[in-house]
Parts: sequence; C-alpha cells; structure tokens
Amino acid sequence: MNIAVNTKGSKYHVNEKGYYGRFGGAYIPEMLYPNVEELRTKYLEIMSEPSFQQEFEALLRDYVGRPSPLYLAKRLSEKYGAQIYLKREDLNHTGAHKINNTIGQILLAKRLGKKRIIAETGAGQHGVATATVCALMGLECIVYMGSVDIQRQAPNVARMKMLGAEVIAATSGSQTLKDATNEAIRDWINNPVDTHYIIGSVVGPHPYPDMVARFQSVISEEIRAQLKEKTGNELPAYVIACVGGGSNAAGTFFHFTEEEGVKLVAVEAAGQGVHSGYSAATSQLGKIGVIHASKTLLMQTEDGQIVEPHSISAGLDYPGVGPMHAHLYESGRGLFLNATDDESLQAAYELCRLEGIIPALESAHALAKLKELELKPSDVVVVCLSGRGDKDLETYIKNLQK
Amino acid sequence: MNRIDQLFSKKQQNVLNIYCTAGYPTLNDTVPVMKALEAAGADMVELGMPFSDPLADGPVIQESSTKAIANGMSIKTLFSQLKDVRESVNLPIILMGYINPVLQFGVEAFLQQCAETGVDGIILPDLPMDEYEEEYRPLFEKYGLHLIFLITPETSDARIRKIDSLSRGFVYAVSSSSTTGKDKQFEGQQAYFERIKNMQLKNPVLIGFGIKDKATFESASAYSNGAIIGSAFVKALEAGGDVPQTVNKFVKAILQ
Repeated sequence: MNIAVNTKGSKYHVNEKGYYGRFGGAYIPEMLYPNVEELRTKYLEIMSEPSFQQEFEALLRDYVGRPSPLYLAKRLSEKYGAQIYLKREDLNHTGAHKINNTIGQILLAKRLGKKRIIAETGAGQHGVATATVCALMGLECIVYMGSVDIQRQAPNVARMKMLGAEVIAATSGSQTLKDATNEAIRDWINNPVDTHYIIGSVVGPHPYPDMVARFQSVISEEIRAQLKEKTGNELPAYVIACVGGGSNAAGTFFHFTEEEGVKLVAVEAAGQGVHSGYSAATSQLGKIGVIHASKTLLMQTEDGQIVEPHSISAGLDYPGVGPMHAHLYESGRGLFLNATDDESLQAAYELCRLEGIIPALESAHALAKLKELELKPSDVVVVCLSGRGDKDLETYIKNLQK
Repeated sequence: MNRIDQLFSKKQQNVLNIYCTAGYPTLNDTVPVMKALEAAGADMVELGMPFSDPLADGPVIQESSTKAIANGMSIKTLFSQLKDVRESVNLPIILMGYINPVLQFGVEAFLQQCAETGVDGIILPDLPMDEYEEEYRPLFEKYGLHLIFLITPETSDARIRKIDSLSRGFVYAVSSSSTTGKDKQFEGQQAYFERIKNMQLKNPVLIGFGIKDKATFESASAYSNGAIIGSAFVKALEAGGDVPQTVNKFVKAILQ
C-alpha cells in the first residue's frame, strides 16, 4: 500500500501550495493556523513512516476487512451491456468507505499527541467510522450532526452513541452537513491544542483534501490489482462514484487520474432536479468561492451567501465539492453527471432485485447513471459501492409504498 | 492620512472599538448605530458584513448576521448606506467579513467602493497572509486601505513579527483561542498579553474577543492600546429599545 506515493508533477493532484489548478488552499482564520500548519508540515512525513504504514495496513486488513471485494455484477452487466464491477466498500466494518480515512487519521492524531477527536457527519457514516476508531483507540469523541440529519439517519445516531461518542446537534442554517461542519470548525477554534478534527471528506483547508484522498486511495489501488487479476488489464474504461464532498470518488479515482484512457465519472445529487431549487449538483450550480476554508465550486447567491442544498441522501447534501473535484470538472478530466432523488431510489431498488445488495442512497446515485453511458459489451466499468443501505431503510420503505 | 492612523497619533490608550453587524437590528440601523457610537464617545467602529457561514464567530454574532441577511443586507446595500456616511460620522470605519462575499463582489471593486465611501480598514479573518502578500497587497495600498490581521495566544513570535510587518492600522490580538462571544476569563492570558506588549510591535495593538464590560475593557487596555467589543454590544442591541439610547447607555457604561 502506498499512501505516501509521490504525486509531484501531476496535473490532477495537489501542488506544493495546496492547490488543484485554481482550487484548494487554506482560507483559515489565524485561530486555526497552528493546527493546520502542524498537519501540513507533518502529514506526509508521518504517512511515509514504515511503522505508520504497517499499523494502517494491519488495521485495514484485520479490523476493516480489506481488501474489499471487487464483484462482477452479472445481472447488472447483462442489463447495461458491459462488464460492471462493484467495489464493495459497503462490506467494510461500519458499512462504508469512511472507515479507511478515520483509521488513517486516528493513527495520525495519536502520533500528533492529540487527546480529543471531533468530527462532522451528514449521513452518519463518517460519524460512525470516527466513533468506532475513537473507541478502538480510547479517545474522546464528539460528532457534530445537523438536526435534520439526526432525524433522517436515526440508526447511525444510535450507533455513534453506543460507541461512546457524544453527538451534538447543529441547529443553524439548513441543519445539515454544511452546518455540522461549521460547528466542528468552531469547536476546533475553541480547542486548538489537544484536539484533532477528523474531516470526513476531501474538503476543508489544505492538507485535508490530499490527506483524505490518500487514505481513501486504497480503493483505487485495490481496484487496479483486482482488475489485473480478474481481467488481465488493470485499467477499466470507466470508474464511477457519487460526489457530495467527494471522498469515495477521490479514493476511486486516485490511481487512475494520470491514466487518461480511464474515464472518471462523478455523479452529484440533482435532488428534485438540477434547476428545481432543491438540488446539490454543485458543478452545475456552483461558482468559484470559499467554503470551509477551501477555494472550490460552491452553490451561492450573487452576494456570496452560501445556498442551502438539497438531496434525499444526507451524505450528498453539501453546497460545495472538494477542490480536487472542482479541478477535475473544470479541466474536463472528470465527467460530471447528476442523478435526481427519484432516479437514485429506482437505481437502489434495481440493485436490490438484480444483485441482492441494498446500497446506500449515496452510492445509488452512481448506479443511476449507468443508463446514460454509451457502454460497449467489452467495456469494463467499476462502480464504487461506497456504503450499504441499512441506514436508509426508512427512506427506502417510505418511497416503496408510494 | 488614514483615520485609523490619525486616531492612534492622538490617542494611544483605552481606544474603544465597537463591532456591530451591518443591517442589524433592522436594515437601516447601520448608520444610526455609528452616529450614536460616535456621540457616546467610542473611538472606532467595526462593521460586520454579514455572512451565512461565519466560522470564527459565536452564536450571538452568527444570529445577528442571519437576521441582517434576512433584513436584506449585502455588500452592495451596505455601500449604498455608507454613501454619505462621511457627512455625519468621523469615526474610523473598519469593515469586517469573510472572504467569499468579497470575492463575489470583486476584490478591486470592493476596495474601490471602500475608498470612495470613506472606509479606513478591513478585517478578513479567513484571507491567508500569504495570499494577501502575493495577490492583494498592491490593491490595498493603491486605495489607501489598511488590512488588519489577527494574532492569537498560539501564534508564534516569528509569525507575529510577520503579521505586524504586513498589518496596517493596528494588530488585532484575539484574547484567547476561541470564537467570538465565548465567556473565557482573562486570567491565564496575562503571559500572552505581556509577551505581545514586550515585543514592541510597530503597530498599535487592540485586544478583542471576550471583552464585554468596563472591567474587561480596562484589564485588556492595561496591556494594549485598547480593546474591541462585539458580541456584548450586539446582545445589547438585540435586547431592543431605542437604538441611540441603547448605544449611549452601553458605551457610557464602559467609559465612565
């Protein structure tokens, strides 16, 4: 596993100043400067240490259950006329890709001597993953979650509490992921010395987008090795992933960005329709701006106030995207599509019936776009199944009865 | 001469800077609040440009921002309110806000409007020092506007020196590592205040965050050129009543 791989000279990875093209940076108030600077100067060094990598790998293997399978979905392949593989991040311990990053960051936090962990969460998958690693390492854990999300993701709230985390409701703004992130950043400002903030996506100030992408890059590294074994060729025609902030997509794309023959497909949440006023399709609706200390594409008013996004999936309900994705979009390297709430629900039901897998609503957005790609039977397509759908059962049942 | 520099050339101690959110409590209160501040004896005013997601602020200022946005406040509206402000207000005026709305307005257009309306200084807590130095500094200088940077107890001496060399007007010393309006005590901060004082910075220093009354104002001023009051003043305005009277009562309680 090579999470400290040298990406210097890449057009699509972060540069020395923390930018992806014109996106990225660290737009932080001075109160956060020492924390972020400490991370910036140490993250690659720590990630390069053999003892760190050994501990990370051992935990991913024996605790998380990696490598996650790469499954050839035969009936889905038949339906869409291609060879469709599912990268089964849903089979990870805690049920999503989020654990890859939290394992990495908790090991980093320990090496930085931190005693207290804070996190934000939308769907609750990152919150559960953070609560899990805190329990594992015996660290205090505080998770901020929008009060709307607390209601719609009740099972994950219960899990976090059972794991010993304190869940604090963010009651400002839209009371979703954006506001939970604001509250977590405020907590970090107020606790600058002993606290590490485990950001769950490829957002936030540099080095977070790169750090999180590297921890998640185990996904694309495994995909390459698994494809080689299964098909003899490690490069697929397409890799597809859903994008809220974009952590599973960053991990799925990471080792393919320089392979221009591989199409990187990012699927955003169109909510009730891109132009309905209830959408989270940032690449379509966003303009360059600064959110959560990073310059990126951002849904905002003409006056620069951040717009409340909408998605049926709490994990995609975010008005920005990570700077890496903003750059993939602007440079044309990534193909950005979007799926509505309804399309995603239908894609989820379809996966259940064709393959016996209940996907997370987030992942269902990625699946929903298979129908829009012009696929050939020889095309190898990898969809990142970022998480499992247990947490979304209530939404699935409610809409099934409609 | 920039009004901030003028002020500090006349007065080096107990400088009182009051923060209020533009367009709060009602949209057209911005200028009346400033007039009342001047009449009551405040030395400087910091006007908050409301932002939907003010990371460095606590609940009081965040709520005032949300209300001000709902009242219809925007940078455009603020400049229209400030158009004739110099006919009635002589206080140095500082605009404080977050970088995103300024980027959308256009940085140069923003600075030009600041200069035209008679704004003297700007605080943008999330504008990185390096970015300012590399990209925006010549523009600020072109329009004669001071950019004021923050320092905190965690800021290293070397970085404070750098901040002091880039800041104009004054350096904003955040009293403790916190968001605005946190009720942290000054005990334990003396060492930090002493450290700053002994550094003999080229700029005057104002202490902010956690200053809420006469006692905290005086204890902060003992180590610096004065202090900034924000959340406590916004709270006083929130309580309602006649604006000039509320402002007068608040400022007098601190200065007398």
